[in-house]
Amino acid sequence: MGELKLMKGNEALAEAAIRYGADAYFGYPITPQSEVIEYLSEQNPYERTGMVVLQAESELAAINMVYGAGASGKRVMTSSSSPGVCLKQEGLAYIAGAEVPCVFADVVRGGPGLGTIQPSQADYFQNTKGGGNGDYRNIVLAPASVQEMCDFVALGFDLAFKYRMAACILSDGAIGQMMEKVVLPEQKARMTDEEIKAKYPWAINGRKNGTQHRIITSLDLDSAKMEEHNMNLQKKYKEVEANEVRYEMIDCDDAEYVFVAYGSSARIAQKSVQLGRAAGLKVGLLRPITLWPYPSKAIESLIDKGVKGFLSVELSCGQMIEDVRLACNGRVKAEHYGRVGGIIHTPEEVLEAMKKQIIGE
Amino acid sequence: MTVQDIIKPENLVYEKSKLLTNKPFHYCPGCGHGTVHRIIAEVLEELGVGDRTIGVSPVGCAVMAYDYFDVDFAEAAHGRAPAVATGIKRVWPDKVVFSYQGDGDLAAIGTCETIHTCNRGENITMIFVNNGIYGMTGGQMAPTTLEGMKTATTPYGRKATLPAGAGFDGIPNNGYPLHITELIARLPGTKYVTRQAVYDPAHVRNAKKAIRKAFENQINGKSGVNFVEIVSNCNSNWKMEPVAANKWLVENMLPEYPLGDIKVDGKLVEK
Repeated sequence: MGELKLMKGNEALAEAAIRYGADAYFGYPITPQSEVIEYLSEQNPYERTGMVVLQAESELAAINMVYGAGASGKRVMTSSSSPGVCLKQEGLAYIAGAEVPCVFADVVRGGPGLGTIQPSQADYFQNTKGGGNGDYRNIVLAPASVQEMCDFVALGFDLAFKYRMAACILSDGAIGQMMEKVVLPEQKARMTDEEIKAKYPWAINGRKNGTQHRIITSLDLDSAKMEEHNMNLQKKYKEVEANEVRYEMIDCDDAEYVFVAYGSSARIAQKSVQLGRAAGLKVGLLRPITLWPYPSKAIESLIDKGVKGFLSVELSCGQMIEDVRLACNGRVKAEHYGRVGGIIHTPEEVLEAMKKQIIGE
Repeated sequence: MTVQDIIKPENLVYEKSKLLTNKPFHYCPGCGHGTVHRIIAEVLEELGVGDRTIGVSPVGCAVMAYDYFDVDFAEAAHGRAPAVATGIKRVWPDKVVFSYQGDGDLAAIGTCETIHTCNRGENITMIFVNNGIYGMTGGQMAPTTLEGMKTATTPYGRKATLPAGAGFDGIPNNGYPLHITELIARLPGTKYVTRQAVYDPAHVRNAKKAIRKAFENQINGKSGVNFVEIVSNCNSNWKMEPVAANKWLVENMLPEYPLGDIKVDGKLVEK
């Protein structure tokens, strides 16, 4: 059993990176996630484990430092919040095209534009549907607790290196700023340079004498090769979709109506389920943990078992609802409910929305 | 001497660097990139660091530099090569890391990365090829385009301010040629800053010496950017034959961008 601590979500994310044996963090301050780089700077990880922490001149520079360090086979992370993640999209498209593993966290605030520093879930599209150019995907993990902010760092790195792609930890201002108890994992040793060279033959860290040089690039002007490269990426994404869907179901066994919610909205909807059950309503909660790949089959199986409707609860004007509806494919009703602008819905109003929009009075 | 004698190994006087691949350059005949590639490869081979060198190529004509150097390479987004090089060098401090960029990449879209990489004093080598024009996209104005110089986006010549007439004179227009090299030489994070050219054999030799120093400094040092600008040509987009382009370079580019060391061992050179 690891060490039990009371921490902010952002701090747990940072501490988890050190303990995972991450090699580097490159970031730029932005509310509500500045604690990540502040905590890392305060902890002196270069002395603790040899981990490099650098405040970059911009989010653009930070993600491109991630691209370089990730391309060289090291475990590297960055984090930001919504407008900052916009700036990272350029690098993320290159990371996808060149198949560079890395972890990035988006502690979402309200938008569009500068928006607000209050919590939001309106970056769902940005992170699950792309954001940069081209046909690509990022694995998107949605923590609903400080514990998961910690745990998903390791999961994110494992998946990123398994598939050579970016893994996003998509939280929000509430999860990032709130304090909860968290069980921290044991300190892992950073991989040695020799281990990296042996394990990741694709990485650019100096070619071995007499062997072919390695190239990390997203470019190929030969259309046939570019098509083949894209098809290979799609094959990889299919594999991720087949193997890596993660979700949690609460009170869904006999449920007739199901909330679909992730992150902080899932915590609220969990209470709505309790309130609904106390009032005799057969309601449950489906909490997607991976937002991409999306647990569409879980929604299909719930419909097969008799669920009559879904309410997608999000701190946005309705983004994830599109994936819920795709999974429902018109078989049952699916609607969206959510507050925006930094206002967080209460369990009561979420339950009320379920009654009004899905169950019907 | 017969041809058979000439090609005998014992009569070999010069050979292509082993750190250049056999892939034919895609560069236009007469372009300086091929020469710059060659002398970098020769220096890396002479220093014996091919196995621990990582290059970063830009967006621009040199985007596929990775195909020509037989060393590990990353291709960066437009202007971000110094950030990518920073990322690599920070996690592999014992490797020899260099970026290779053109004027649009380094001094327009990537100015922020250039200045901050130099200001942090990353222990890397930055190669900057300045031909005063955007080559790959077909000859548009670069930050280093000379005043009066015609490009696809300054078809009447680059004008820093609007010309007299119609009451617009003096209004800001294309701005001035950017002396990024003098600018970064002022930053305490740069160790060696020099401007060279490759338009004739004597200058190729000087440029090679400078590039050698820029790599030696990195190998022997712990911090400080070693920055080599090469004033080069773009005969295709200057719309000149190669010899005429080199003559034009000497007569027009060099007065604006004079050759020589600007900073050596962290100290500005007195002019």
